[in-house]
Amino acid sequence: MVGFALKRAALLIATLLVSSFVVFSALFIAPGNPLAQLSGGRTLPPEAVAALEQRYHLDDPFLVRYWHWLTSALHGDFGDSIAARESVSAVIGQRIGTTAALVALAALIIVVAGIGLGLLAGLRPGLADGGVLVLTSVLAAVPSFLAAIVLISLFSVNLGWLPALGNGSGFADGVKHLVLPAFALALASLAIVARVTRVAVREELGREHVQTATSRGIPRAQVIRRHVLRNAAIPITTITGITIASLIATSAVVETAFSLNGLGSALVQAAATKDFAVVQGIALVLVVAFVLVNVLVDLLYALLDPRIALGSRAT
Amino acid sequence: MSALATAGATVGGGRRRLAGSRVVTGLCVAIVAVALLAAVLGPLLAPHDPNAADLNNAFVGPYGDHPLGFDGQGRDLLSRLLDGARSSMLGPAIVVAVAMAAGTLLAVVSAWLGGWVDSAIGAVLDVLFAFPAVLLAILAAAVFGAGLTAAALALAVAYTPYIARVLRSAALRERAREYVAALEVQGLPAVAICVRHLLPNMVGLVAAQATLLFGYAMVDLAAVSFIGLGVQPPQADWGVMVASGRAGVLQGYPAEALSAGLCIVLVVVAVNLLGERIAQRDGGGAR
Repeated sequence: MVGFALKRAALLIATLLVSSFVVFSALFIAPGNPLAQLSGGRTLPPEAVAALEQRYHLDDPFLVRYWHWLTSALHGDFGDSIAARESVSAVIGQRIGTTAALVALAALIIVVAGIGLGLLAGLRPGLADGGVLVLTSVLAAVPSFLAAIVLISLFSVNLGWLPALGNGSGFADGVKHLVLPAFALALASLAIVARVTRVAVREELGREHVQTATSRGIPRAQVIRRHVLRNAAIPITTITGITIASLIATSAVVETAFSLNGLGSALVQAAATKDFAVVQGIALVLVVAFVLVNVLVDLLYALLDPRIALGSRAT
Repeated sequence: MSALATAGATVGGGRRRLAGSRVVTGLCVAIVAVALLAAVLGPLLAPHDPNAADLNNAFVGPYGDHPLGFDGQGRDLLSRLLDGARSSMLGPAIVVAVAMAAGTLLAVVSAWLGGWVDSAIGAVLDVLFAFPAVLLAILAAAVFGAGLTAAALALAVAYTPYIARVLRSAALRERAREYVAALEVQGLPAVAICVRHLLPNMVGLVAAQATLLFGYAMVDLAAVSFIGLGVQPPQADWGVMVASGRAGVLQGYPAEALSAGLCIVLVVVAVNLLGERIAQRDGGGAR
């Protein structure tokens, strides 16, 4: 297990280095002068140009520039936003809470409703199973931005239960403003998790060791807890983790749909206005979060299924 | 390691029965055919100018030869849906063409040569897995400016690893078969074996993957257009229409956003079911 974790950590560092390099060099793939990119086509006063040249070490070789950028980024310094006239880390600091809360709430919905519906469908064939199948088929087909529109139309405009746009103020109001976005973000993934859970439970129920346990007279509740759920937990955890990781990027779409002040919506605005320091900073944060969640899933997977770690040690 | 591979594999199991039905397949073919027809002939089929705005007609419901009514700027909704089919279908087609070409090439080269080439390609693909598709499209928009081409190419790059991984294992299976060894002994050049014998044997899987990819690409491209970094208004596009219809939704006129969204969902579901059907005929090779 320790060997597996170490190996995974080495791969993680390599992936992070390369992806940070991709995020950084994207700026220099762009046609034209990097200064024009950094200023987003605005005309800047000479001292601002000099500051940019110095900050990005534009006179240095490319790899040196990357190294400077990366080391400052590791110290939490991503440069300054040209549009917002403040540091990128300040922009990130103000907004990361919203995105983290949104993704966490969506993850909670996926875990509770997705796994719950999946277990219901898997353990109770018939009407419940059929209902879950129809529901998840519909949900899986609705993209997050359309779910956002439908939820706003239904619950804000027609029923007036929940606010449609913005962040709200204060904790309770803030959470209230996150309910619809979290559902919009979660619905499609919830359907996938429910499907996988259902199939996993079904497969385990049909296994010989489960039939043996039942025929030995072990109570059904105990058979399900010890023999079915314990084994079904492996695919369920994997799919839940993977879908939650994918929420990190999709949050940009949902935040834009609900005019939430999160990292994703800031990234979208920065991309549209070519505020490049912000794009790089937020893209890096999101990629790191995405990769870290994926690594956590892998580790959890190895914990649940010792064969994985053993297999990696053997190779 | 994300929705593409997993959703394809898991939702597939449940849909298998549904996808097998002849009626459903016919319906799916019909939906895709209508969408393709609209994409090719859209402007000719549109009863009105899709960009002719008349604010007096804003949010007016269906009447006369305006069967779906008008959007918030008083433009004929049906005409915009038909016109929007073009960019909505063209974008995913670009993604599929580029990602399938790159993915197939990488897969066959990896499987055929093996060794360090295989490891090197695998390492590059592993890094690409770290970039969610939508995030890469946003980066591309920041670098090259918002637009359909940049977004479609970025998504193609993001999806190539998934395609390459699936096809590589299929190519490895083919590579190990006896007919390949026989052809090698006969002295046929590797490229000829790959192009004339190995690839034709993988065509079912390639078609299934391409069809499923079209659905994912359509959703992602519509999302990129929705956040304003893809197709630019006033050009009609289903993703753009969902975005511009948001204002109408807030005022209680959801027709524009919902009709454009319905078009996306119908085509995506139809394409996914067809992809399942092709995978099934191929002997479930897509898994």
